[in-house]
Amino acid sequence: MDLAIILALDVLNGTASLFLLCVGLAIIFGMMKIINLAHGEFVMLGAYATVIATNAGVDIWVSMIIVAPLFVGLVGLLIERCLIRFLYGRLVDSMLATWGLSLLLIGLVTTIYGNTMNGVPTPLGGFQVGEYRSSWYTLFLAGMAVSVMALVYALLRLTRFGLIARAVMHNPNMAATLGVNPDRVYMITFGIGAGLTGLAGGLLAPLSGITPVMGAAFIAKCFITVVGGGATIISGTLTASGLFGLINQLGAYLTTPVYGEVILFLSAIFLIRILPQGISGRFFKGMS
Amino acid sequence: MTDARNAGLQSILVLAAATGVALLPRHLDLFALMQVTLFAAMSVLALSLAFIWGFGGILSFGQTAFFGLGGYVYAIATINFGDSTNAILLAVVLPALFAAALGYFVFYGKVSDVYLGVITLTVTLILFNVVNSTAGEVYRIGIARLGGFNGIPSVPIFNMPFHPEIPLSPEASWWITGGTLIALYLLLRLILVSRFGRIAVAVRENETRAALLGYDTRLVKLGVFVIGGAIAGLGGALYVNWGAFVGPTIFSLSLSAEIIIWITVGGLGTLFGPIVGCFVIQFLVASIGSQQTFNSNLVLGAILVAFVLLLPKGVVPTFLLCLVQLRKDHRARPNTTAPKERAMQVN
Amino acid sequence: MTEPVPLLKTEKLTMNFGGVIANDSIDFNLGEMELRCLIGPNGAGKSTFFKMLTGQITPSSGTIAFRGRSIAGLPSHEIARAGLGIKTQVPNVFNGLSVRENIWLSARRKNTPRTTKLVVDEILERVRLTERQSAIVGQLSHGQRQWVEIGTVLAGDPELLLLDEPAAGMTDEETERTAEIIREINEARAIIVVEHDMEFIKMIARTVTVFHQGRIIMEGTLKNVLADPRVRDVYLGKKVVV
Repeated sequence: MDLAIILALDVLNGTASLFLLCVGLAIIFGMMKIINLAHGEFVMLGAYATVIATNAGVDIWVSMIIVAPLFVGLVGLLIERCLIRFLYGRLVDSMLATWGLSLLLIGLVTTIYGNTMNGVPTPLGGFQVGEYRSSWYTLFLAGMAVSVMALVYALLRLTRFGLIARAVMHNPNMAATLGVNPDRVYMITFGIGAGLTGLAGGLLAPLSGITPVMGAAFIAKCFITVVGGGATIISGTLTASGLFGLINQLGAYLTTPVYGEVILFLSAIFLIRILPQGISGRFFKGMS
Repeated sequence: MTDARNAGLQSILVLAAATGVALLPRHLDLFALMQVTLFAAMSVLALSLAFIWGFGGILSFGQTAFFGLGGYVYAIATINFGDSTNAILLAVVLPALFAAALGYFVFYGKVSDVYLGVITLTVTLILFNVVNSTAGEVYRIGIARLGGFNGIPSVPIFNMPFHPEIPLSPEASWWITGGTLIALYLLLRLILVSRFGRIAVAVRENETRAALLGYDTRLVKLGVFVIGGAIAGLGGALYVNWGAFVGPTIFSLSLSAEIIIWITVGGLGTLFGPIVGCFVIQFLVASIGSQQTFNSNLVLGAILVAFVLLLPKGVVPTFLLCLVQLRKDHRARPNTTAPKERAMQVN
Repeated sequence: MTEPVPLLKTEKLTMNFGGVIANDSIDFNLGEMELRCLIGPNGAGKSTFFKMLTGQITPSSGTIAFRGRSIAGLPSHEIARAGLGIKTQVPNVFNGLSVRENIWLSARRKNTPRTTKLVVDEILERVRLTERQSAIVGQLSHGQRQWVEIGTVLAGDPELLLLDEPAAGMTDEETERTAEIIREINEARAIIVVEHDMEFIKMIARTVTVFHQGRIIMEGTLKNVLADPRVRDVYLGKKVVV
């Protein structure tokens, strides 16, 4: 029984982290058809922002929940203006350029801060389930995932900006004739996607080794989750996060964490193969 | 007329390269010779992606999967056989078979191009993870220990065919590596003028049209992909022969990115450009490595971004375009831009 | 009069895109050597019909028989090999290759290297592009690219050609030439043409089939069809009871 509770918590943890990591990518990818290969580095920047702010004396909660998303969101805006906006509609070029961006960010952070950095301790401590231990932070992550989900839903469905953004994604020309500036919508959307990714980086900073290349560990997982996602940003990412979180944790439990990941990747590849039409259809139709 | 001139130009280029390969050891010290041997081995990898991406339209983000597989297969086989001859053969055949299996899975499943990138990337990561976790006594194939993240040290280098007692000298290794590069270049050129090659280019140009004309585009792409896998595998064997070592970083994302950079810099849709790109970028990275002001990732990333934005065609095609333009201006006939595409196909 | 053996026969052919019925139970017959025009307003389901015939999409239900052989749901290349060629609505050519190379790629499948050359020369002549044979297709005018595509399809030696808007975007002169080309092709092969341009249809048509809202509403000679009030209403956008 205790074991079952712990396993359930692990799955919850896996799902929540995956959702947090992916939602920013899903927004950028689903709404703008830009595949951001520098996504992992956005996570990394969020983690660095958190660690540096915390070490500078800022409260850790503030660093994670405010500093990280704000900083990465601004970086995202900058990158959109300087790079991404030239690449709309050029899918392959956008992949190549953002891959270059990923190397560039790794190189930049390495040059400034070196190859590794002391992390921050995990706040909140743990609790006991029978003979197993778990941490309150896991539950906090789940709570954050739910909050982000609610926030994104509200933003897309209940605000003026959300409506305009969805209109632009469906038909930029039509939206432009209605007096909307698609350029601005793309910019803000990219910024929001980057900011949410930075938030994920901040929240995972206490749990990760802080290195310039830490993003590489997330990138493949994020892509297969978003790709496997389905037709809508929130429910799609949530379903895929749940499914892959479950597979990952069960695989890790039954074998080793390494093979858990391998099993996750293999099942994702099979999923893409089984649903090529449904998934690729989504690719070009955008969000619906 | 232009075709004949191009063929002439090609032959001169290849002859010059062959002469260069033959004479280079006289003019270089051992260190420099080892360096160019490495560059040539990597150029084989560059050629494999240049072919499948530039002429087959297949953008694989995980060409290192076949390269690394070739390296590991060579290392394991040569340790077990005690002779490199068949090990090299296996290092071509097994990656090709792996490419066939993966390609069948992907192309016959009608997975779209972008997902192909995601899948190949993921497969490479799987290989990295798996190989990385093979530390310990239990992970051995025959008498070869896989060594996990430490890799396999002291891999025997190439020997004279069927004479394991005579290992190749550094000069001979260079001749083999440089010679293989030239031979592969010629082979790919031949494939491209063959019927199969022309159909492959047609499929890249317009897959729907090719299918509507009665070509099985899945099979054509599979063929291109398998050829690329085989060449990358051979490149892996050459690489391991150079360093007498293979480790899981051979599957790393940064190497995958570097191949893409070689091709983007040298010029997609050419075979010669990526080789140039590979030599130049590797030389650059090696130079950066020996001093500490700039981080190589920073430079590589900046180069890739700059090329995608400013010079998307790459160096070699842009250079050829300028030549064509100059010649036209010279003849004072500022006419159509038709020779543009021509020039691109030639190299 | 006995019914001719149909070259192409579809029965209850239906295509359903997630609730939207693009083709609803199409029964269609085409005889050997026939030249048929399909007309109907945008969205009537003509292109969807062509896509099903050529395997670009798989029908939701129904059958397609080409010379009595069922081809519904086969991959495109097998249908092409069975002898069915298509010029699609959006010009579908190899833009980076020359005119000659485009046609060569199609001709070589059924020919030896020597006869391929002869076939290519003949096709170039037929589509009036001998002069432009080494031009890169992407740089030709829209009309010329349409001819390249018709030539490419023809070079594959199909028994039935489907031409989806072959005269779209052409000048009057080009349109006339295209009609001429189509009549020549029809001397040896069956053709189905989808077109909006009534002037063009008058140049080539004998039998016309009218599509509306995914169904065939009538079939007959051009004169009869044009005289039918339902057809006029369809084009004027009135509601028509099928």
